[in-house]
Amino acid sequence: MKSSAPITNSTITDRPGLDPGASVGLALAHDSAARHVQGSAAYVDDLPEPAGTLHVAPGSAGAARGPIRSMDLDAVRASPGVAAVLTAADIPGENDCSPAFGDDPILAAGEILFHGQVVFAVVAATRDAARRAARRARIEVAARPPRVTVDDGLADGAEVMPPYEFRRGAPEAAIAAAPHRLDGRVRIGGQEHFYLEGQAALAVPGEDDEMRVHSSTQHPSEVQHLVARMLGAPDAAVVCECRRMGGGFGGKESQAAQWACLAALAARVTGRPAKVRLDRDDDMAMTGKRHDFRVDWRCGFDGGGVLTGVDADLDARCGCSADLSPGVNDRAMFHADNAYYYPAARIRSRRVRTDTVSNTAFRGFGGPQGMLVAERMMDAAAITLGLDPLRVRKRNLYGPGRDVTPYGMRVGEHVVPRLVRELERTSGYAARRRAIARFNARGGTLRRGIALTPVKFGISFTLRELNQAGALVHVFTDGSVQVNHGGTEMGQGLHVKVAQVVAEEFGIGVDQVRITATRTDKVPNAPPTAASSGSDLNGMAAHRAARTIRRRLAALAARLFQVREAEVGFAGGRVRVGAETISFGELARLAFTERVSLSSTGYYATPKVSWDRDTASGRPFLYFAGGAACSEVAVDTETGEMRVERVDVLHDAGRSLNPAIDMGQIEGGFVQGMGWLTTEELVFDETGRLLTHAPSTYKIPTCSDVPADFRVALFEPGRNREPTIHRSKAVGEPPLMLALSVFSAITHALASLSPGRVPPLDAPATPEAILRAADAMRAEA
Amino acid sequence: MSRHIVRFLRRGRLVERRGFAPTETLLEHLRLRERALGTKEGCAEGDCGACTVAIGRLQSGRLAYEPVNACIQLLGAIDGTEVVTVDDLAEPGGRLHPVQRALVDAHASQCGFCTPGFVMSLFTLYHAGVRADRAIVNDWLAGNLCRCTGYRPIADAALACCSGEADDAYAKRAAETARRLAALAEGEDDLFTGNEDAFFAAPSTEDGLAALAARFPDATIVAGATDVGLWITKQLRELPRIVHTGRVASLHEIREEDDRVEIGAAATYAEAEPALRALDPDIGEMLRRLGSKQVRAAGTVGGNIANGSPIGDSPPVLIALGATIELRLRDTRRTLPLEDFFLDYGRQDRAPGEILTRIVVPRPGPAEHFRCYKVSKRYDQDISALLGAFRLRIERGRVAEACIAYGGMAATPKRARNAERAATGLRLDEPAAWPAAADALADDFSPIDDHRASAAYRMRVARSLLAKALAEIAGRPSAETRVAGMRERAAA
Ligand SMILES: Cc1cc2nc3c(=O)[nH]c(=O)nc-3n(C[C@@H](O)[C@@H](O)[C@H](O)COP(=O)(O)OP(=O)(O)OC[C@H]3O[C@@H](n4cnc5c(N)ncnc54)[C@H](O)[C@@H]3O)c2cc1C
Ligand code: FES
Ligand code: FES
Repeated sequence: MKSSAPITNSTITDRPGLDPGASVGLALAHDSAARHVQGSAAYVDDLPEPAGTLHVAPGSAGAARGPIRSMDLDAVRASPGVAAVLTAADIPGENDCSPAFGDDPILAAGEILFHGQVVFAVVAATRDAARRAARRARIEVAARPPRVTVDDGLADGAEVMPPYEFRRGAPEAAIAAAPHRLDGRVRIGGQEHFYLEGQAALAVPGEDDEMRVHSSTQHPSEVQHLVARMLGAPDAAVVCECRRMGGGFGGKESQAAQWACLAALAARVTGRPAKVRLDRDDDMAMTGKRHDFRVDWRCGFDGGGVLTGVDADLDARCGCSADLSPGVNDRAMFHADNAYYYPAARIRSRRVRTDTVSNTAFRGFGGPQGMLVAERMMDAAAITLGLDPLRVRKRNLYGPGRDVTPYGMRVGEHVVPRLVRELERTSGYAARRRAIARFNARGGTLRRGIALTPVKFGISFTLRELNQAGALVHVFTDGSVQVNHGGTEMGQGLHVKVAQVVAEEFGIGVDQVRITATRTDKVPNAPPTAASSGSDLNGMAAHRAARTIRRRLAALAARLFQVREAEVGFAGGRVRVGAETISFGELARLAFTERVSLSSTGYYATPKVSWDRDTASGRPFLYFAGGAACSEVAVDTETGEMRVERVDVLHDAGRSLNPAIDMGQIEGGFVQGMGWLTTEELVFDETGRLLTHAPSTYKIPTCSDVPADFRVALFEPGRNREPTIHRSKAVGEPPLMLALSVFSAITHALASLSPGRVPPLDAPATPEAILRAADAMRAEA
Repeated sequence: MSRHIVRFLRRGRLVERRGFAPTETLLEHLRLRERALGTKEGCAEGDCGACTVAIGRLQSGRLAYEPVNACIQLLGAIDGTEVVTVDDLAEPGGRLHPVQRALVDAHASQCGFCTPGFVMSLFTLYHAGVRADRAIVNDWLAGNLCRCTGYRPIADAALACCSGEADDAYAKRAAETARRLAALAEGEDDLFTGNEDAFFAAPSTEDGLAALAARFPDATIVAGATDVGLWITKQLRELPRIVHTGRVASLHEIREEDDRVEIGAAATYAEAEPALRALDPDIGEMLRRLGSKQVRAAGTVGGNIANGSPIGDSPPVLIALGATIELRLRDTRRTLPLEDFFLDYGRQDRAPGEILTRIVVPRPGPAEHFRCYKVSKRYDQDISALLGAFRLRIERGRVAEACIAYGGMAATPKRARNAERAATGLRLDEPAAWPAAADALADDFSPIDDHRASAAYRMRVARSLLAKALAEIAGRPSAETRVAGMRERAAA
């Protein structure tokens, strides 16, 4: 169907102007949608359990950090149904499940690093028996006062990695010389992933040292490698498989490995299949979260709000180990500019060690925290100058001649200013802002606010070696196709997008392309499905695999039918060979008869990216993705309660591979970001114990938190300048940061309490945080 | 006569269970015993909705489906019902149920793990006989969390398929199902499975319940298990003896008299809602925000009181309304003002073996104005940081009498006696004098810091709520005083 109206969330259509028979650009349903709604899509806990499967439950000491004085597990062992109790001493190989730095013990050895750390694991006949037994341990810890907050860690000088800094120009001098100067501190909370499916793994022992692990993981290759290392077996003895996850969001990038390792260890020790499925409270207490930050910023600007210099200290709570903190904090720095040009800048990051669970990847990977600082500066400059923050934002956007980032990369294309202008118009921003000014001028308890904020997000892993992917495509002699690649499906629709790419290549229907589980014995050494790169990388690798086979088929057809290769075309499930056509299946059959391979791998390595961390130079990103959002809120300034009343979004997904899937990423990302900035609050006590360890106390958005007036459109002429897969743009993470518009809108509402003053609002803007900021405004006034 | 078997309908067949652990949940039955794996566990505490299933019951002779959280629903408590799960909806040939079709068409699943729960919640909305609008959908789905989609497509799917007209296989065989459920209920026998050391018992009469509770004073009395379920799934408490109140018809009764409403202790929120909502729109809004559809389909006002929690939403509201409760130990009944039931943190005026039977709520008089405000981090399905409830009698523009109670401000739900005294005599046209009355709250309460809110916030907002109540009673429309839950909208 052809249509030229923009694709919006009220009318999701195929991309306009597609050729008949095209697959790429169709607004197809998620490949598992029909199974999702019937409950027949299987997650790890739904797989048939091999006979004799045992169940593993983790046990912890319930104490803050400190050396383990004694460990009495007799009652655990004696508990009904218990088959084995595992401790660090049972691990045949290495006791580590860290992604790189060797500092994440699978089972605590000698010392507790954080409250909730796994010390032992119970293997029992049922999950219930294992959980009950796990509570019978008596572990004595010589607990020491733990460092819980960023401030605690900084006071102690504790870091998981050395500090890092970008510097461009002379920011100190630029700020000193600026007509206006501002500084401030903002605290930015962390976030629990709250994937609906908790961490889970099923390990099935094979012959000798072989082990097959079904894991709910974004990184099967890493799980494979860590399980092998833990078992003391070669990588080749271990297969990791993942058909789908019930959500990941970064929380199953490095964090899935520990549970897979425990399942595999239990299987090795008992010789029986073993399954781990974490209870939600354990999951929340034992796995890492988004980093919370404390940021001190200073900036100078002119009378129009145009920045002249920026100096920011980004201090992040990393927790008890490095995990992915180096990359997360680098990305926070890379995004401390969001979409704004800083003529001079110093961006410094400290990676603070605390005695709390190790923080990890979460959609945006530090980017959101960095960008919040940029938006705070925009709001602060505008409020102090009495200007419309949108005007200040627009003046500061990157543009021709103002296009070098603090890390020296040039911003090559300027989509964001267009997005902002268009959304300003379609959202009716100016008139609504005037109406709000009139409303607030009446001076009541309720205040309203509106903000329009941009997003610019760098696409590529900043660790260069992760920018590669492999795929494996098989064509069978009936013309059906199997595609496999290193990417994992966590709900983001990667598999259907890749299937569309493959179907397009063969000119067949997407339903002829069978999606299979991600398996390390099919595509080895894959990077995690992360950094929004899933379809960029795997789509391209699968495209290449399919293209190889297609070339072979075209050559064969040309030879058999005595035509030139250029006269062979693939479309509509048929192959046109000169004047004749045969079905794709017939050609596949011919290929077999003629002994032409119908299987191929494909491989892709992202071009152009380079980043030299030591000299802080290079091009860390292939391109930038972008969007803009406008949010309006109402705030009760006597209770701090807040409602988001309307949201407009315009997002650039490039030439969308699948507009329905991309729309889902945009809307879902926005709401997840809104939760991070409003109701989702992680509270730790002074021992480092997480108090908000369940959905009863940790509040992600519900349906009613999403405004009924939620208008999302895909940017119509979107097209990637870089030769990405069909010129699409990555869309997994960037939309999360559209929610910064909600935070700024609340800031706007509060600013009306004392014009000219910057509301000291911290994130998340819970009712309490909002009321605190409101009271501070009134006290100053 | 006691029956020793739990019976319920599944896929048109009668399932019989005996000799199960008294604390076995419906989710365990489905996933571990039936291996019906469509229903998911996301939290095992009633908060995420991934485990939502539909329970069919006879309501005034007609079959009605309600969503419940299978994770905290005790297996024994579903005796006599039909259990419908996501595995059951599509037709044998694979034809999707209208709700499933609408969700697929709207692109309403991503990772799909929440989806079975949404399907079942929407299945009950589909059968509810109402044309859905966004407010209804929001409310219906408040107990289903989705981390992927941002809900918009799910809400759109609901709007598309829930027109109030059910036309599926379940609607077609509703009369047959109703007949079979009625047959199950015939004879209304007592249910007792297990032995004296470990049992699940559900007497069918109030006398039987009182006798059993008194005979086993250490047994756990269970109504909807929206609290007790978590003791089982989270605290792993051994509860060998369970006495379930849900099969006593007289305890489900709601009586609406001219001067009062009487609520049986086993009446679910869903059953009690219409009568309570009629007392004041704010009570309707409080109940709408109490838990979720699933929680309100199972949980009871009686349980909310009997658990003695300092943060239960209904007790402060009922205290402000001047409610009394009736308790029964064997054959001895006594009544007491609800506020006197709460002695201290975790301590109530209830003897071992004594059961709560009834709650009597006086209707506010003509000159009496009622307001209540729930304040929580999230609007829907969240536990209150605090809740303030106000009943003020106004005479000639002055507060002639004040009854004010708060939850979340002390170790129990509690009246603000000092603030009541200070508020008495205030003029509605003299807001300048109100803050002094609010100062008295500091003499009434010293709230605590916890993960929901700090003590300072609680005290600060307690003051705001008193001022808000006065302002509204003085005539300010709630559109000027609230960001949500407008009274005018509810009244319209
Ligand atoms: C997801 C979720 C959200 C919730 N949200 C809210 C909320 O917003 N606001 C709120 O106030 N509460 C909330 N709750 C708790 C609320 O559902 C319970 O307090 C409920 O009212 C208890 O009723 P029940 O029938 O489920 O009680 P049960 O769990 O069956 O029992 C609770 C207690 O009462 C006792 N009991 C029950 N009936 C009797 C009786 N007749 N005689 C003597 N003792 C009895 C039991 O022994 C037990 O101690 C929530 C719970 C969940 C799971
Ligand atoms: S599993 Fe979350 S509500 Fe039951
Ligand atoms: S689709 Fe993933 S949680 Fe709803």
